[in-house]
Amino acid sequence: MRYSALDIVRHAFSGNRHWKPVWREPQPKAHYDVIIVGGGGHGLSTAYYLAKEFGITNIAVLEKGYIGSGNVGRNTTIIRSNYLLEGNEPFYEFSMKLWEGLEQDFNYNAMVSQRGVINLFHSDGQRDAYARRGNAMMMHGVDAELLDRDAVKKSMPYLNFDHARFPIMGGLLQKRGGTARHDAVAWGYARGADQRGVDLIQHCEVSGIRRDETGRVLGVETSKGFIGCNKLALATAGHTSVTGQMAGLRLPIETHVLQAFVSEGLKPVIHNVITYGAGHFYISQSDKGGLVFGADIDYYSSYAQRGNLAMVESTIEEGVSLIPGLSRVKVLRAWGGVMDMSMDGSPIIDKTPIDNLYLNCGWCYGGFKATPASGFCFAHLIARDEPHYTARFLRLDRFERGLAIDEGGKGPQPNLH
Amino acid sequence: MTSHRLSSGGLVNRAVPLRFTFDGKPLKGFAGDTLSSALLANGQMLMGRSFKYHRPRGPVTAGAAEPNALVTVGEGARSEPNARATVAELYDGMTAASQNRWPSLAYDIGSVNSLLSPFLSAGFYYKTFMWPASFWEKVYEPLIRRAAGLGRAVMEPDPDRYEKAWAHCDLLVIGAGPTGLMAALNAARAGLRVILADEDFQLGGQLLSETAMVGGLLAADFAAAIIAELASLANVTLMPRTTVFGWYDDMVFGAVEKVQKHVALPDPDLPVERVWRIVAKRALLATGAEERPLVFGGNDRPGILTAGAARTYLNRYGVGVGRKVAVFTNGGSGYRTAADLTAAGVEVTAIIDPRKDAGPGQADLAREGLRILSGASVTATRGRLGLTGLVAERSGHEEVIDCDALLMSGGWSPIVHLLCQRGAKPVWSEAHQAFLPPDVGSGFVAAGAAAGLDRLSACLRDGAEKAVALARNLGFAAYDADIPEVEGEYDPAFAPLWYVQGSKGKAFVDFQNDVTVADLSLSQREAFGHIEHTKRYTTAGMATDQGKLGNINTVGLVAGMRGVSPAVVGTTTFRPFYTPVSFGALAGTARAEQSRPTRRSPLHGWAARHGAIFVEAGLWHRSAWFPRLGEKTWREAVDREVLTVRENAGLCDVSTLGKIEIFGTQAAEFLNRVYSNAFLNLPIGKARYGLMLREDGIVFDDGTVSRLSENHYVMTTTTAYAAEVMAHLDYCAQVLFADLDVRFASTTDQWAQMSLAGPKARIILQRLVEDDLSDAAFPFLAARAITLKGGLAARLFRISFSGELAYELAVPAGYGEAVADHLMEAGREDGICAYGVEALNVLRIEKGHVTHSELDGRTTADDVGLGRMMAMQKPDFIGKRLSTRFGLTAADRLQMVGLKPVEPDAEIKAGAHILKENAKPSTTNDQGFVSSACYSPTLGRYIALALLKSGRERLGEKVLVWDRLRESEVLAEVCSPVFVDPDNLKLQA
Amino acid sequence: MASLITCPHCGVRPKEEFTVRGDALPQRPASHAPDEAWHAYVYLRDNVKGVIFEHWHHVGGCRRFLVVERDNVSHAVLSVTDAALFRRPDVPGEDAQASAGKGLA
Repeated sequence: MRYSALDIVRHAFSGNRHWKPVWREPQPKAHYDVIIVGGGGHGLSTAYYLAKEFGITNIAVLEKGYIGSGNVGRNTTIIRSNYLLEGNEPFYEFSMKLWEGLEQDFNYNAMVSQRGVINLFHSDGQRDAYARRGNAMMMHGVDAELLDRDAVKKSMPYLNFDHARFPIMGGLLQKRGGTARHDAVAWGYARGADQRGVDLIQHCEVSGIRRDETGRVLGVETSKGFIGCNKLALATAGHTSVTGQMAGLRLPIETHVLQAFVSEGLKPVIHNVITYGAGHFYISQSDKGGLVFGADIDYYSSYAQRGNLAMVESTIEEGVSLIPGLSRVKVLRAWGGVMDMSMDGSPIIDKTPIDNLYLNCGWCYGGFKATPASGFCFAHLIARDEPHYTARFLRLDRFERGLAIDEGGKGPQPNLH
Repeated sequence: MTSHRLSSGGLVNRAVPLRFTFDGKPLKGFAGDTLSSALLANGQMLMGRSFKYHRPRGPVTAGAAEPNALVTVGEGARSEPNARATVAELYDGMTAASQNRWPSLAYDIGSVNSLLSPFLSAGFYYKTFMWPASFWEKVYEPLIRRAAGLGRAVMEPDPDRYEKAWAHCDLLVIGAGPTGLMAALNAARAGLRVILADEDFQLGGQLLSETAMVGGLLAADFAAAIIAELASLANVTLMPRTTVFGWYDDMVFGAVEKVQKHVALPDPDLPVERVWRIVAKRALLATGAEERPLVFGGNDRPGILTAGAARTYLNRYGVGVGRKVAVFTNGGSGYRTAADLTAAGVEVTAIIDPRKDAGPGQADLAREGLRILSGASVTATRGRLGLTGLVAERSGHEEVIDCDALLMSGGWSPIVHLLCQRGAKPVWSEAHQAFLPPDVGSGFVAAGAAAGLDRLSACLRDGAEKAVALARNLGFAAYDADIPEVEGEYDPAFAPLWYVQGSKGKAFVDFQNDVTVADLSLSQREAFGHIEHTKRYTTAGMATDQGKLGNINTVGLVAGMRGVSPAVVGTTTFRPFYTPVSFGALAGTARAEQSRPTRRSPLHGWAARHGAIFVEAGLWHRSAWFPRLGEKTWREAVDREVLTVRENAGLCDVSTLGKIEIFGTQAAEFLNRVYSNAFLNLPIGKARYGLMLREDGIVFDDGTVSRLSENHYVMTTTTAYAAEVMAHLDYCAQVLFADLDVRFASTTDQWAQMSLAGPKARIILQRLVEDDLSDAAFPFLAARAITLKGGLAARLFRISFSGELAYELAVPAGYGEAVADHLMEAGREDGICAYGVEALNVLRIEKGHVTHSELDGRTTADDVGLGRMMAMQKPDFIGKRLSTRFGLTAADRLQMVGLKPVEPDAEIKAGAHILKENAKPSTTNDQGFVSSACYSPTLGRYIALALLKSGRERLGEKVLVWDRLRESEVLAEVCSPVFVDPDNLKLQA
Repeated sequence: MASLITCPHCGVRPKEEFTVRGDALPQRPASHAPDEAWHAYVYLRDNVKGVIFEHWHHVGGCRRFLVVERDNVSHAVLSVTDAALFRRPDVPGEDAQASAGKGLA
């Protein structure tokens, strides 16, 4: 069933009583060509592209909670492709291109809104670093603009220009960056995958990976029994080490919690996505009016989806420092998501030492924007056993080989990325 | 507008009238009013508009859970959007304005949405607005955004103050109603340090609305007596106006105190709000219960509110919510309120009870002659901006009943929020038909109505007994509590009713977001059956009240639709904040210039006296350049400073460099392990440049180490990495090499350090120094304690960042300015000048020295031409082992080179990339980037340092410096990064 | 923990006084240890869900590195030890690893 404006009208006249379920609720089959563990954004998009682009439809997505209950359901919804390094920029730009055609592609309005992402800079050195990044983007044909202080002030007069501890000197703008409605991204991919025959199996927790004597994966033990597969794909960011451990993998990942926040609904005041260069604060305003913002991880390892008050305070201190007018606005809700912090801040989409086990992990707190390309490239890898061109650097062995993709230059300490 | 204020009764002080305005209209209330009670007293039931359909709304509650009565309080920079009128304490001069309406609250264009509602069902936007693709940002989204939000943020700097504080206690009691007061009293009497926090400006909670007699006193007087005793005890802190908004790990609670939100002009010496972090050994949740609205057709009209709210308006504020009041109740609460209203002379037209029989004793509350419709329900309501009547249905018969207020009661839900913020889920109780608080251990327990108790006497007892138990648990000797007698309490028992079948018109479950039963039903049909899906798809529970009122009905309805128990459906996740908290309060004093500490060098005043322009460098303010009269641009000053250093001498403040004093018999061994180059053989009295790596083989920081005596070294780090290096050394010394005898301390702030550089540096410096500074006596890299004329002990290091003959002189911080002044005076005839970090940067680029512009966390020693500093013959050093990996030694790595534009006056900027001449721009063709660039006054042209693929093999090649971002392309020649004095003749002069 | 840490030297202190470095269990191999050992030390983590040992640096206090044993799901702190006094829990090959880290020079 395709959605259309006409549909809305037609259903309205029949009291909206005849809308069909957006996905089936199937029982798992005994065996699938591909099992994807994790019904978050990346798992669902992987299933969708496997079915749509690579002709593999005998797929199960196993989700221990509900569809989209992981980080795709709790993030700050930012999409952008403003990266510096060759290992990252083409991949994220591929993702941006997929975002740009996503809604028409999967026939679901995910409210992809290219409202512009601006990274503010506060010193000459930071300006130079941003210029380097902007030029790297343009080198790849991606849009970037370097705004000076006056240009920033003109479009964002509410920023702290007069009494800033760290003066705003300008910003690097990617106009094609923006936001998307996070839940709708999960639902759109889920619906698209389901329509192509993928079994989305909710409330099905994987407890073990069964392998034969040669080490090959046979299938997974789950709360709904054993399910067999030819290929097993892990897309369980946040819990990658836990699922990886089931196959004996020890990974370059540490799990951390990142908080995010939303304010009460306000009439539109902030048009762009803004990041503060003198701290780690980013903010945008949703179409519903809430200010959606976040900052840094809580720094200690955590599998709990909740954060600490000290980080709440420091986030909001940065927010008020950047936008003094927020002082009398109220914060409504804070939430925490657990994520894979990798050793270089970049993700991994790769085969593993086990030849029918595939791994998608290490998204740190940049996973949402990668959802389309992550799924596409992971599907490519699963279907063809070779990496997609744009993901060819996102290898698991890059650390051994000294080929880390360290966008922040922070080195092998996961909580610094 | 007519007055609904009763002539007597309530706790408001009729002797203290307060003037305020609502939408510009002047009105009057009394001390003790909330904004909503005062508005109701003035007959103003209509207070807001809903989010989606812009339906006219009045308050549903008299408390924190209010979804409808949101207003903007205050004016100008003091405007607070989305303030709940039901908890906003009225003050003289308050200005309030309605929101989300245009042109006015009574006539709102947006209400047309209500007519379009068949097209605006839950999630409709996910199914449309996709064609054509480009229309989303241009057409659809702007329309949707125009409808966004409720209140308006003025986005002006806040004129008021905020602060934060810590508090500690044995027992935190959250909620000062009957349960909380009894708990606090008994804990306090046992000697515990007690904090009693309540969001209300008046402590007492439900006792303030109660008509029962407690301990022989009116309930409110009983509360006052306890509060008086608590106030007299030194071990008790009463915190009214304080909302505990979050429960965090280790029994830390976040709370916000409204210190001055109830005054028109705050005292500037006090904060308006204060965030508390309360560390409690034990905590008691005494937050009471929330009354459920009923879900029936047209249940949202202004004038429809909960029975308990009407009771509070009546008994606490002396306000009748209507003149002709109907009650729709499935439990005792409706009867109790009806009885109170009747007693106060307000006409109650009918009590409509869906139950066949009211609970024992409930119906007795209603006076004789009051009409009770048993087994009946309200299916529809009438009225436009306010309620005019309702349709009651019983056994297929409909009856229209005129009324201007309808009080609903769907039973009670314990307020379990805080107990569920750390992962535990509330537990459904069939017996209570409610979610009860989870057991999270003995540290934090619920009591009273929050624990599911319904009668007042039970709450009083539970609060007292649980406090006594907690006290004993903490080792205090506590006597069994005296429990006061209660006369005239009522039985709030109820039978659940999730939805009135046969309702006509929209039946709302989430008032603010306009989520109806039909929306929930649609979500179930479309497979959004998980309660989180239902919430996210319909937006039920996502408004500013976070579903405090509506979520329970959503769960009950979804359970019904799915044919399962509410226990199976469960709840959505409870997360901070219990009620919204202002950014201002959470930011406290950290705002504007005070958002971070500012560090000033001991030479700051000296630099300022010489006219320095300061620049941010991390937390430091550093002197950037020293403009002189007549210099129009920064470049003129910097060029002059550079040339002066190259020709005469200059003095630069380098106090911000990290300085670490290192001692110990194995300090040399320690240094040898943390630096990549050799340190075992550093002679006493000598300085050495050092390169520090991360364990992954990448350069971490650089600096110098000087050996002052056998077991005493002093290290310098870069300004930017001083703290990181210190932490790294701590890690190495305490964790990795804990067996080494080494100790160190940061002395960055103890020393004023200045660099005197230039051909005349020696003769100038000698004028101040007792010791012989001749090259023979104090050669390049000499480093030792010296004595200044006049006897001041100092340290002198002959090291150079500029490439000139240079010294770094360190004196105790307090002497810094005096010594700098003397140096400037001593060098005047030789043309000395002060120079700043801009000139320093030019000098080092000319000399090809690296900073963190080159050492960006991805470069190896070899990349920046320092491969010789990798002492691979050492058995071990941090970073040695992984530095030889394939990727770090590949031939096509970026290597540092110099760049000179082919056209001498062409400019290169840092951040530009590099392409081969005539190559097409692409990521694969990218050859590297410009890390540092400047105009070199020494060479009379722009120069740059760059990291270029296989750069050192490409000297002499012409490359394109590609800066599309700034629309510049410059052809440049690759050259050595050392532009001046490649043979170090000046350095070693 | 996420709110308070009981420093063995300074007492109960708020978390803002500390920085967290990460897993305290990996032990720096000897210089001559195989490549795999070095790769594992620098890059691989057990990252268990449950009880972990983590290095916390009391930068706003005594500047000691502490090993905080805690549950990363409940956030309960089980013990806090000065890093120099920390003994790793029983791990196979512990003695061999420990001795391999000594005698560098």
